[in-house]
Amino acid sequence: MKRRTRNRLVGLAYLAPALAFVGAFTVYPVGQMAWMSLNSWSLLTPPRYIGFANYKRAFEDDQFWTSFVFTLEYTAIITPILIIGGYLLALLTASNSPLRRFTRTVVFIPVVIGLGVSSLLWYWLFSADFGLVNRTLSDLGLISQPVLWLGEDANRSNLAIIASVVWKVMGFGMILFVGAIQAIPHEINEASMVDGATPRQRVTRVVLPLTLRTVLLVTLVSVIGSLLAFDQFYIMTAGQPQNQTATSVFYVYLNSFPYLKLGYGAALSMILAGTILAFTVVQLFLSRRSHA
Amino acid sequence: MMATLRARAHDVGTRIGRTGYLLGAICVIICTVMLLPLVMSVLASVKPTQESAASPPTYYPHGLSLDSYERLWSYQQGLPTYLMNSFGTAMLTILITLALTVPAAYALARFPIPGKEVLFVILLLALIVPYQAMLTPMFLMFAKLKLTNTLLGLAILHTAIQFPFSLYILRNSFASVPRELDEAAAMDGATSWQVLVRVFVPSAVPAIVTVALFAFIMSWNEFLGALVMMSHSSRFTLPLILATARTETSLGGTDWGMLQSGITISIVPCVLVYLLLQRYYVSGLMSGAVK
Repeated sequence: MKRRTRNRLVGLAYLAPALAFVGAFTVYPVGQMAWMSLNSWSLLTPPRYIGFANYKRAFEDDQFWTSFVFTLEYTAIITPILIIGGYLLALLTASNSPLRRFTRTVVFIPVVIGLGVSSLLWYWLFSADFGLVNRTLSDLGLISQPVLWLGEDANRSNLAIIASVVWKVMGFGMILFVGAIQAIPHEINEASMVDGATPRQRVTRVVLPLTLRTVLLVTLVSVIGSLLAFDQFYIMTAGQPQNQTATSVFYVYLNSFPYLKLGYGAALSMILAGTILAFTVVQLFLSRRSHA
Repeated sequence: MMATLRARAHDVGTRIGRTGYLLGAICVIICTVMLLPLVMSVLASVKPTQESAASPPTYYPHGLSLDSYERLWSYQQGLPTYLMNSFGTAMLTILITLALTVPAAYALARFPIPGKEVLFVILLLALIVPYQAMLTPMFLMFAKLKLTNTLLGLAILHTAIQFPFSLYILRNSFASVPRELDEAAAMDGATSWQVLVRVFVPSAVPAIVTVALFAFIMSWNEFLGALVMMSHSSRFTLPLILATARTETSLGGTDWGMLQSGITISIVPCVLVYLLLQRYYVSGLMSGAVK
């Protein structure tokens, strides 16, 4: 009995630094963010409690909706490309021949480099006068004068950025799908072959259902990542034209830092965190059901 | 779609035919497309100054030169400063992360702590609250604590981001250590600290490598947090100074050659670490992203 009490104390002592750290640098900021969102708060004037006025203001703020809808659009376009593309790559490279292994390694390389750095790389490739994309298109005779990919038109900018991000993160889904496909027991594959299933049937009736949980989880991670997009837009378009490509996180950043409207920024952060939480809950529920 | 379906047929079956060659060719094309942007960037970084500013650009360098690297070496505070900022922050992040999560994972895996499940969930809170949303209160707190514009401050932020993943990986690894091992050590009179250092840490080396690897890559690459916390350009990390160089250079317009040399330098450590520790990287991803 006494030893058990001692054990508890020793255990708590090992846990204490981590608890203190998370308390100070995660739990406290979350509480502080909630409190700030109810205040008019800038670095220049003392905070003043204003209830839910910041939230009300957000819903009446055109830029808030522009950013929100743009972020949803970006997510809606990029997610299916990443998931379907990643899955096709996984089907192609799941076997362990040297060429397939090599392809996996190569496709995964962009995943480990920074999004900021890859965005700078693509900022150059898509540059109107100095970029290789326009050079190649014009050598192929597809364009007669340089295309302004970034910052002139919101949709064109979005497509260019999506192309760069697909290059950067497609390997992430692929690696996880490969893991799931390789985890399918050999007997199941053999049984389906003995039963005379065609390759298409094996994919749709065996491989896909058995890896569905992974597909849902990767979709979750991918959607959340896209809803939080910032680096690529900050670097490649700086929100141009007229903040039409400023994502939700970008708008939080603009309000909190250059504009120093910290209370309003906190309210926008709360809305963002709530949106992310909703997606997390829905998809965790889905993935659990598919597992059962 | 059909091609990949045939891939399965080929993989499972033994027949080697036209589809096999076709799929091999597709693999080669995919590898080329994926590598091309990186190769082009590296090639652009060794173009002579005039050529790197050419419009339209050349595909490959017509002369070799390290001018772009020289300009980057002395850009603003100089490349060594930015390299040290990035590297220092990454090392501090690894240190703080391990110092916190190794003991915590040990406690969670072996000690009868009251309310353990609840504490574990609280420790994983950052999993459901994205750090991008928490930067405003973090910035205020760090400003009060004089941690803005310090490598320690940025490392603390990076640790907070990386904490749940690290704790999760280490706890699972510690939980799979056979109880007989630590019980035997305890019978021999080892203190709980000795058990941790002599039994748990050696048997969890792969997990520790995984945690350190992910902490390094995250910290080295992280952009938004550094953008918020660092306002003095002498404290900028590599991605920040490169984003600055995108618009402000001594040549007036963007110095594309210098930008490419910076991109090359930022990418090299990540790719090297990944190629050397690929096994840890992939296993970490599997256990971290897909529980």
